[in-house]
Amino acid sequence: MSKGRFGIHGGQYVPETLMNELIKIEEAYEFYKNDKEFNTELTELLNEYAGRPSLLYYADKMTKDLGGAKIYLKREDLNHTGSHKINNVLGQALLAKKLGKTRIIAETGAGQHGVATATAAALLGLECEIFMGKEDTIRQALNVYRMELLGAKVNPVTTGTMTLKDAVNDCMREWTRRVEDTLYVLGSVMGPHPFPTMVRDFQSVISREAREQIVEVEGKLPDVVMACCGGGSNAMGMFYNFINDESVQLIGCEAAGHGVHTSETAATIAVGTQGIFHGMKSYFCQDEYGQIAPVYSISAGLDYPGIGPEHAYLHDLGRAKYVPVTDEEAVNAFEYIAKQEGIIAAIESCHAVAYLMKLAPTMTKDQIIICCLSGRGDKDVAAIARYRGVDLHE
Amino acid sequence: MSRIKNAFENKKAFIGFLTAGDPSLDKTEEFILEMERAGAALVEIGIPFSDPIAEGPVIQEANIRALSGGCTTDKVFDMVASLRKKTNIPLVFLTYLNPIFKYGSNRFCKRCEEVGIDGLIIPDMPYEEKGELAKIAAEYSIELISLIAPTSASRIEMIAKEAQGFIYVVSSMGVTGVRSDIKTNVTEIVESIRAVTDTPVAIGFGIHKREQVREYFKEADGAIIGSAIVKIIAQYGNKAGEKIYEYVQELLA
Repeated sequence: MSKGRFGIHGGQYVPETLMNELIKIEEAYEFYKNDKEFNTELTELLNEYAGRPSLLYYADKMTKDLGGAKIYLKREDLNHTGSHKINNVLGQALLAKKLGKTRIIAETGAGQHGVATATAAALLGLECEIFMGKEDTIRQALNVYRMELLGAKVNPVTTGTMTLKDAVNDCMREWTRRVEDTLYVLGSVMGPHPFPTMVRDFQSVISREAREQIVEVEGKLPDVVMACCGGGSNAMGMFYNFINDESVQLIGCEAAGHGVHTSETAATIAVGTQGIFHGMKSYFCQDEYGQIAPVYSISAGLDYPGIGPEHAYLHDLGRAKYVPVTDEEAVNAFEYIAKQEGIIAAIESCHAVAYLMKLAPTMTKDQIIICCLSGRGDKDVAAIARYRGVDLHE
Repeated sequence: MSRIKNAFENKKAFIGFLTAGDPSLDKTEEFILEMERAGAALVEIGIPFSDPIAEGPVIQEANIRALSGGCTTDKVFDMVASLRKKTNIPLVFLTYLNPIFKYGSNRFCKRCEEVGIDGLIIPDMPYEEKGELAKIAAEYSIELISLIAPTSASRIEMIAKEAQGFIYVVSSMGVTGVRSDIKTNVTEIVESIRAVTDTPVAIGFGIHKREQVREYFKEADGAIIGSAIVKIIAQYGNKAGEKIYEYVQELLA
């Protein structure tokens, strides 16, 4: 079996053109992850620039209102650029510099990974191009302009369903065209090895902090740790340091779109089957002939037909549970958390909040849930208004 | 002698590519026969895939046309079974791992043997990942064609040593598509391959002119022409047969 496996999942299913580059990145990463200077630099960027550590916030009003478990929110939305994506991007952009690259490229769905990548590129003096499905450039027009302000070139992708999967396709094509001076900064715990491992490591800062923070405040581990899950980078980061704590239940919340019994869904664990795509073996939404399904979710960031290979493995093991959450449930959660806690959270994160709202009341008052708020929701306000039929004159 | 080996026996091989089901499977059958009539030694048949990450826009669009037209892997097998009654030309499939994996690797290779497919080219299956499929393919005498890229460098020897059928040398970086100017030093790559194996070498990616075909016939054992043919199909649709025949003849003149 090849490298980078999580059970049967993972691997390196990419064109030959990229293989030497992947090997180079893997070797560099293996070296730098234990390099004192690299880690000092990265920690400094995370703390002094991105604003880490992020708060572990006790949501008192929600806890009381839902009347069950104590609810803590891991506030990745408060990071610079407004989401967890910056954790990974700073790590990879720094690695790009060490590799002597002068240019980084990235796919983006909601635009959060694109904004984070454009930000890191500006800060570290790298050229930057972002690939974004044309559909998403319309849904998230503000983020497109944001990336341009940061000096990045945004390429609208017009192939396929013009969403996240197609952006990944075109970004991979661009990388095979120009691999010499370019690093593809993958935005999730997906793709060929070493990306799922490397991105997970960079995101694991979320659970490293959260574990310390909760033990400090509560003197014990949480009962449930949860996060939304598309490709699954914030979920993997939120789970990672709790995997060995068997008493902690891990829950990933997938985007069910209009529901898992419709074709307009992106809940991979619920409706997907084993496949090989985007460099990895994992679960994918696909038809009987292995054609990748045109998935749907109100959330551009979760609108992806696959899931990272380590999640697929945690699912196989039964170590983590994955639940589908519909558009309607996520929008309700978006409104609920805004009114309860005064937090406009990303529609992606609200998929986790929606399931939290169902779960917390079934638990006892001495139990604890940590829910990752992966991003802030300013970018979603217009879409939520549209969903509710409110006409905004922008 | 295997049909693929035969394609390179005492001659330079012109290898044509098209996407099955574009614009229809009947037409695919006709176009392949036209290529053969014009002098093609081997034909690569693309099984359409929703997300062909190694393809440029021309072949991407052909994949979409074929899938929109209702083409499926089973229908492609039926087309090849019918085609096999009319020709003995070596035929290989080009497709991605997922359609094979989802169909069931064993079932897929078994069907390949039944209908008379000689080999498989899988752009997203590098050397490191071929083990699983190689065992199954061998059981059904299906040859796995290896790709070597401009970036392969130190990997060439390892890949070439285990190569079957022919070696597909990717002439340039990036995805498939017509290019006016190919900068890679293929001579060096071909020399490195020749040092370790007698397996024939064919060069592909970007080829569309007679001069390029001549040059690669000198450098290697064959030339692969894909996007340029698919472009003709895109332009002439059902009436592309004669145009393909003329084009292949012109390239070989």
